Amino acid sequence: MSGDQIKNLEAEFEARIARDEKIEPKDWMPEKYRQTHIRQISQHAHSEIVGMLPEGNWITRAPSLRRKVALLAKVQDEAGHGLYLYSACETLGITRDELYEQLHSGKAKYSSIFNYPTVTWADMGAIGWLVDGAAIINQVPLCNTSFGPYARAMVRVCKEESFHQRQGYEIMLKLCNGTPEQKEMAQDALNRWWWPSLMMLGPTDDMSVHTEQSMKWKLKRKTNDELRQQFIDQTVPQADILGLTIPDPDLKWNEERQSYDFGEINWDEFWQVVKGHGPMNKERMKARVGAWERGEWVRDAAMAHAEKQQERKNKQVV
Amino acid sequence: MSNKKNWPLWEVFVRSKNGLEHRHFGSLHAADAEMALENARDVYTRRNEGVSIWVVESKHITASNPEHNGELFEPAQDKVYRHPTFYDLPDDVKHM
Repeated sequence: MSGDQIKNLEAEFEARIARDEKIEPKDWMPEKYRQTHIRQISQHAHSEIVGMLPEGNWITRAPSLRRKVALLAKVQDEAGHGLYLYSACETLGITRDELYEQLHSGKAKYSSIFNYPTVTWADMGAIGWLVDGAAIINQVPLCNTSFGPYARAMVRVCKEESFHQRQGYEIMLKLCNGTPEQKEMAQDALNRWWWPSLMMLGPTDDMSVHTEQSMKWKLKRKTNDELRQQFIDQTVPQADILGLTIPDPDLKWNEERQSYDFGEINWDEFWQVVKGHGPMNKERMKARVGAWERGEWVRDAAMAHAEKQQERKNKQVV
Repeated sequence: MSNKKNWPLWEVFVRSKNGLEHRHFGSLHAADAEMALENARDVYTRRNEGVSIWVVESKHITASNPEHNGELFEPAQDKVYRHPTFYDLPDDVKHM
């Protein structure tokens, strides 16, 4: 194809997106659109998969059967969300094996929030309330993104995610209405998860390298700073209901903006964690790669069984 | 990495309730059809989304190429006589 032809195709492509038309896997698309989508959708899928680990830590120690079935169902949903997203990503011409390889080798990133440890039961509450809360804010606009398979996966994910946040908030509520020690546990979890949750919505707009292009492709419909403000504004009143204090001395209602002003985020910490130096980066990858390797014989045995069954069937036909 | 074959890709179709058609829900990997059905149940119907599941190995689907959409679909565009509004009838004629 000549340079001019590609330019025409690109112009037509951008116009389609501007008209709010959806792009489907077999449609022509600029290589950069394909690569950007593979990167973002796979990061999203990896986050769901690694996101199971911090919570899996507490399944066997959930304080009641009610909490245990809820946590199990939530973690199972995360596996499901990872699978929806991997299959959306594969429609762009990358294989599942390549995607796993990118995660396991450290080439692909996942959400930095999962590199923090879950040290008490209250962390299950804080994760559901704050981390899933931030994830919902991030994901709802993606239900309208331009790439059809991603948008469809996100519709399903968002429908399921609201139970996650409610179960987390209920855990916090129970602790906050419990003994002083239990309430203190809830406050401690909020103290540790608040700032990482704000960081989870991504670098500030002036530092974000992908925002402009992603907005054009509707891969992003609001900037990181807008999403963060929305998260803070909706979460602060929820903390008030719990009777907990947001660990930010600069947090203050701004009457003029009808929004909360908030303190400086420690971006050095964020970049440290992204670069692999968070408290749990190594641990998470070790658990993930270990599970994959220990499962290899099961995958191979299933494949061998399937082939044997097929051979048997073929013989019967003859 | 294993030198054996990877689990193939399957497309999943789910009937939400009787009276509705099976609709494409997504895809997944499985070693064989039976496992594809079981995985489809866990991945796509955790909240009573379906009463029936079809799975078909993705390689068996033949799809049209969007680049040929012109030849395939445009001929239908100038055949307005296939629509009821093409025909002029007096207003007095009811229920037609």
